[in-house]
Amino acid sequence: MTQMFPLTLSKVLVRRSGKVVIGPTDLVLDAGGPTIIIGPNGAGKTTLLRVMHGIERVTSGAVTWHHDDTAQHAFVFQSPIVLRRSAADNLAYPLRLLGYPKAEIAQAVDHWLNRIGLTERAGSPATRLSGGERQKLAIARALIRKPQVLFLDEPCANLDGHTTREIEALLQETSAAGTRLVMSTHDMGQARRLAQELIFVLHGKVHDVSNADVAFTRPQTKELAAFLRGDIVT
Amino acid sequence: MVDILDGLIAAFWLVVTFDAELWDISLRSLRVTLTALVIASVIAIPLGTFLAVQRFRYRRFVISMINALMGLPPVVVGLVVYILLSRSGPFGVLDLLFTPTAMIIAQVIIITPVIASIAHQSMRELWAEYHDLLISLNTTKRQRIMTLIWDGRRNLLTAALAGFGRAIGEVGAIMIVGGNIDNVTRVLTTAIALETGKGDFALALGLGFVLIGLAIFVNLAIHTLSQTEREGRW
Repeated sequence: MTQMFPLTLSKVLVRRSGKVVIGPTDLVLDAGGPTIIIGPNGAGKTTLLRVMHGIERVTSGAVTWHHDDTAQHAFVFQSPIVLRRSAADNLAYPLRLLGYPKAEIAQAVDHWLNRIGLTERAGSPATRLSGGERQKLAIARALIRKPQVLFLDEPCANLDGHTTREIEALLQETSAAGTRLVMSTHDMGQARRLAQELIFVLHGKVHDVSNADVAFTRPQTKELAAFLRGDIVT
Repeated sequence: MVDILDGLIAAFWLVVTFDAELWDISLRSLRVTLTALVIASVIAIPLGTFLAVQRFRYRRFVISMINALMGLPPVVVGLVVYILLSRSGPFGVLDLLFTPTAMIIAQVIIITPVIASIAHQSMRELWAEYHDLLISLNTTKRQRIMTLIWDGRRNLLTAALAGFGRAIGEVGAIMIVGGNIDNVTRVLTTAIALETGKGDFALALGLGFVLIGLAIFVNLAIHTLSQTEREGRW
C-alpha cells in the first residue's frame, strides 16, 4: 500500500461569491490516529474537509498528497446521501463502480450489513431507513472500499446517544484497522473520546493543531481555551 | 348528446365484434407510436440527463431551445418532413413518404423535446441530491448519467408516457407525411379525421373512445409492469 501522507495545504484560499470561506491557511496532516476538527459554526470546518477530499475547488493555493489516489479516500456527509436503492444496493454501488466481481461484492455487502446491524433491512429502500441507520449505511458504504483515509463531516449530528455510540465504536475499530480518520464535530465529548490530534479552525483559518491530550489539558492559545471552556468565540 | 351516445354504442360494437379494420388501425397506431416512443426515449433520456450533469457554454440556450421545441406545431413538422422525404427532397431517394416510417420520423421529432425536457427537469433534481456523493466517489461522467437514469427511472417513465400521450393523439403531421392511406398508413387519429369529414360522427366518436381507451390501457400496463406505485420500490 502506497503511503498517501503527508497531506499538505499551502496558502489555501476558498472564496465563494466574493466572500472568503477558508484561508489563506496552511496545514500538514501526517499519518496517525484520528484527527478531529473543531471550531465555531461557520468557521470553515466542512469546507476544510471538502478541500482535503478534493470535492471543493480552491481559489488559490495548493492541496498536495504525498501520493494521491482518489480511490483511497472517502467522505461521509453530515446529512447522509443515500441512493434511491435498497440498503444492500447502496453498499454494492462503490464496488460496482470499481468493477469488483459479483461474488466479492455480495460477500462484502453481507459483511457490512451485518456489521452495521442492517441485515434484516438489506432489501429495504435506503430512503426509508431512520437517520441513524442512513448514517451507518453511508459510513459502511464509504468503508466498503477499504479507503486509507476517511473524512467525516459531523457524522453524529442530530443522532441519538445509542447510534452515536455505535458509530464511534465503528470509527474506533476502523482507525485501529489502519484507516486514517479526519472528522469534524461540534460535540466536545466526542472530540475527547476519539481525537489523537485536534485541529481548531477559526475565521476560516487553521488556528491551532496539537495533540489532543495537550489541547484539552493545556490549550496553547486563548481562543482555543475559551472555545473548549464553552465560551462564544468570535 | 345523442351523437356521444351513438359514439359510445359504436365504440362498444366495434370492440365486441372484433371489427377487423378497427384492430388493423389500432395496431398500426400502437406500432407507429410505440416505435417512435422507443426511438425518442433513446435520444431524449440520455440527452436530458446529460444536460442535467454537464456544464458547458451554451447549456442554457440548448435547454431553452428544447423547452421551446415542446410546443413545436405538428403541422409544421409534417410539412418539413414531407419536403425532406418528397421525391425532390434530399431524402426522396429513400422512398419513405406515405409510409409508416415517415409517420414515425415525424412523431420522433415531435415527442423528443417533450421527453427530453421532462427528463431534464427530474434528472436535475436528482443530480442536486446525488451531486456531492457521486463527485466524492470519483465517478466518470458516464457512470453519473447511468446512475441517474437507473435511480430516476420512474420519473423518466413519466416523461416517456407524456411523450406517448402526445404521439398517440397526434394527427396533423402524420396526416401530411402518411397520407391516411387505407391499410397502409391509416391510424386512429387520421381515421377519426376522415370519418368526421364524411359526417359519420358516431363512427368518429367510436374511434375516439377506442383511442382514449387504448391510451389508458397502455399507461396502466406500463405502470403495472414497472410497479411504479408498489410499496417499497421506486
